[in-house]
Amino acid sequence: MAAMNILETRGLTKTYAGLKANTDINFVLARGKVTALIGPNGAGKSTFVGMVSGRTPATSGKVFFEGRDISALPAHKRIQLGLAYTFQITSIFPGLTLHENVALAARRILGGDPAKTDAKVRYVLERVGIDDRADQIAGDLSYGHQRLLEIAMGLAQEPKIFILDEPTQGLAESEVQDFIKLIRDLAGETTILLIEHNMKVVMAAADHITVLDQGMVLANGTPEEIHANPAVQAAYLGTADA
Amino acid sequence: MEFGPHLMLAALEGAVTAAILALTAMGLSIVFGVMRVVNVAHGEFYMLGAVLAWWVATVLGTHPAIGFVAALIIAPALVGGIAMVADRLVLKRVAYDADRTIVATIGMLYIIQQTTLMTFGPDARPVEPPFNTRLALPWFEWGENGFAMFWPWGLSTTSYKLFVIAAAAVVLVALWLVITRTKAGLLMRATQQDSETAQAFGVPVGRVYSLVFGLGAGLAALGAVLVVPIQQAHYLMGHDPLLLSFIVVIIGGLGSLPGTVIAALLIGMSDGIISVFFSPTLAKIIATLLVALVLVFRPQGLMGRAQT
Amino acid sequence: MKDAAKSNALHFGVLATLLVLFFVLPPYHAGNLSRIMVLAIYAMGFNLVFGYTGLLSLGHAMFFAAGMYGFGLTANLAGWPVVLAFATGIVCAAALAAVVAALALRTAGVSFMIVTLMFAQTAYLVVLYFGEYTRGDEGFVVQKAARMIGEIDLTTDTARFFAAYILFAICFQGLARVIQSRFGRTLVAIRENEERTRMLGYDAQRHKLYAMILSGAVSGVAGAAYAMLFGYVGATFASVQYSIFPLLWVLLGGAGTTIGPLIGVLFMFYLIDFSSSFTNAYMLIAGVALVLLTLFAPHGLAGLVRRKVFAWLP
Repeated sequence: MAAMNILETRGLTKTYAGLKANTDINFVLARGKVTALIGPNGAGKSTFVGMVSGRTPATSGKVFFEGRDISALPAHKRIQLGLAYTFQITSIFPGLTLHENVALAARRILGGDPAKTDAKVRYVLERVGIDDRADQIAGDLSYGHQRLLEIAMGLAQEPKIFILDEPTQGLAESEVQDFIKLIRDLAGETTILLIEHNMKVVMAAADHITVLDQGMVLANGTPEEIHANPAVQAAYLGTADA
Repeated sequence: MEFGPHLMLAALEGAVTAAILALTAMGLSIVFGVMRVVNVAHGEFYMLGAVLAWWVATVLGTHPAIGFVAALIIAPALVGGIAMVADRLVLKRVAYDADRTIVATIGMLYIIQQTTLMTFGPDARPVEPPFNTRLALPWFEWGENGFAMFWPWGLSTTSYKLFVIAAAAVVLVALWLVITRTKAGLLMRATQQDSETAQAFGVPVGRVYSLVFGLGAGLAALGAVLVVPIQQAHYLMGHDPLLLSFIVVIIGGLGSLPGTVIAALLIGMSDGIISVFFSPTLAKIIATLLVALVLVFRPQGLMGRAQT
Repeated sequence: MKDAAKSNALHFGVLATLLVLFFVLPPYHAGNLSRIMVLAIYAMGFNLVFGYTGLLSLGHAMFFAAGMYGFGLTANLAGWPVVLAFATGIVCAAALAAVVAALALRTAGVSFMIVTLMFAQTAYLVVLYFGEYTRGDEGFVVQKAARMIGEIDLTTDTARFFAAYILFAICFQGLARVIQSRFGRTLVAIRENEERTRMLGYDAQRHKLYAMILSGAVSGVAGAAYAMLFGYVGATFASVQYSIFPLLWVLLGGAGTTIGPLIGVLFMFYLIDFSSSFTNAYMLIAGVALVLLTLFAPHGLAGLVRRKVFAWLP
């Protein structure tokens, strides 16, 4: 029986030599929805997501994936369970072709079958809109296209949870629109956790928003509720328009 | 000789080794610490110091003391200069990239070593010490009249060896003062902490690097000049000091002068003592294995700062 | 022609050429081929971790020596049959690689280089320390009986060539297959961006460990073969210099290419052969070569060809 909450954290805390980056975060991620994590700079969003994915070891607290305690698992094991992660600063294989970039992601799921892998790579690149350059070296791509490539790599893993850390940062306006479409397109197939600064994207794409401020959860709710929340507005020092 | 006096002799020899090692290792530590590069050719700069000292002493041909003092000044300066040129020509061009620097300095190792082989030759050549009086050392014993001093045969050192220990100590103190009290030292420490910020503040990082590389080589050469009247100059003599310096720097902790000195004392003394009582090979095995395990399990060494 | 087919053709071509060369070249050069191929096996083993996985080990001589002494000691002192002694050499090298890698892979970058260097130095000193059995730097000659497989006398030029050729072909093709497999591609990914590889769900540590073990085993094959075919075992082969050589060969020939190691060995072999006729400081050439390579041609010969001409070069 599929749990309503595919991911849950309890009391997740990260302290760096006396500085509390995240304090006692209790967070739930609803299955099949798009959840946005927002908050002013330094709120601890990337740290939190780092702890969820396993990149950053937590000081205390627990992480549950589909009801199972994964707090002790290293990052690569969590990814194997069905988590995909894109970095805040795009992290791909710049020396390899687009095809190989995505193939590496797909291969882990599909095994060594080259035909299946090729088919998957083509499908995913098409979906994301960069299939016309599969043999190009990834490092030669524009920044926006590299970000799309990273999303393609995530998709190739057929993840249960897709974590995107500031995916629209550095994208042109048209690319942002395409991205919003893509997210809404994916919404049913997978659960998306989005860290975003761009409030237009958040309002357009998110079903649910969690607000972090100074390492703690400030508010939780639908976009409308958050938009109207005075504490959130105060935290951002002004209105919530980008 | 009985155990006690034998141990004292081993300890004294160990102290001389430790003194030279502290200087040489300090050179490596500074380069490692400020520039974040591993200079595999460090032992060859040491060897060059010894070879140049022999050359200066031979060319001057006068009283050993004059030749020695001249060598003490000229050899480290020359070696430092060569190192600075190497930094400009090679290391800067590879932008201090870790892999490429290692490979480049390995190449430099062979270039320096083999050029010396071609010019200086494969023989070991001695250099006369400036002074070398034998000093008998006392030992104590319970006699019928209580505590008595006597002079066991074979328990002695030389005035020169004591001088080496003193000289090394003086240089290290001077180095400490330069690093902590002068502007040059401040620039070095700033570059070590954060080279990008230092550059933003107008610190000429490129020049600091060249100077530091030269200083590191110069310190090694200085150590070699001090040791060459005791050992001899030989084109392969850089190999052991290189490995021992690595060991000292890693165990003592990167960029920590007190750590380097303590580790040099530890390694030098135990190397000396184990070599005398057991075999030199066993001493080296223990030291080498120890440093590998320290790097694996406690990378910050004795006194270095752990990296977050 | 598809890339895979081109690669196969290239590899087949290399093997065919070597065979032809043996029959066509004058005896001195034909004889050199055996030594070149054995050293190329060593270089290919090193290339797996350095060229493909991106790990700079400065201690591979200990694996070469483990193979050499594993074979030499069991064949000479214990009188074991050749094939068993050879297998022992490989097993010793692989076991040593497993232990060293398990420890050394807990570090990275510069620390990894130093740790491997230190372990290798320890191995060298241990060989010297047990000089009673190993004869230290002086080394020992492998007895004739240990250099015969049944009726085949490996000390003849022809038998020696074919033994080396078979071993080379197996390692060459075998490693090419490994590189093109899932495992091999993951190694390349680790080299290109280890954190990303981890965050795609791959156990990077385990991959690196297996790569080191395979690399060590192949280096051991070379060491055991060297002892078996050239009849001599000595501590020099465990020294730092023998850890530097494969680095030099692979850099020169092209790190991360299948034919790079062979090209590098071939080149360096003749360069040193040539220069040692007029100076005993032939390692100077090696030094200059290393500096020039890292300054101007970090991709080596085959690497350059791959970048400018044949992008499919495996």
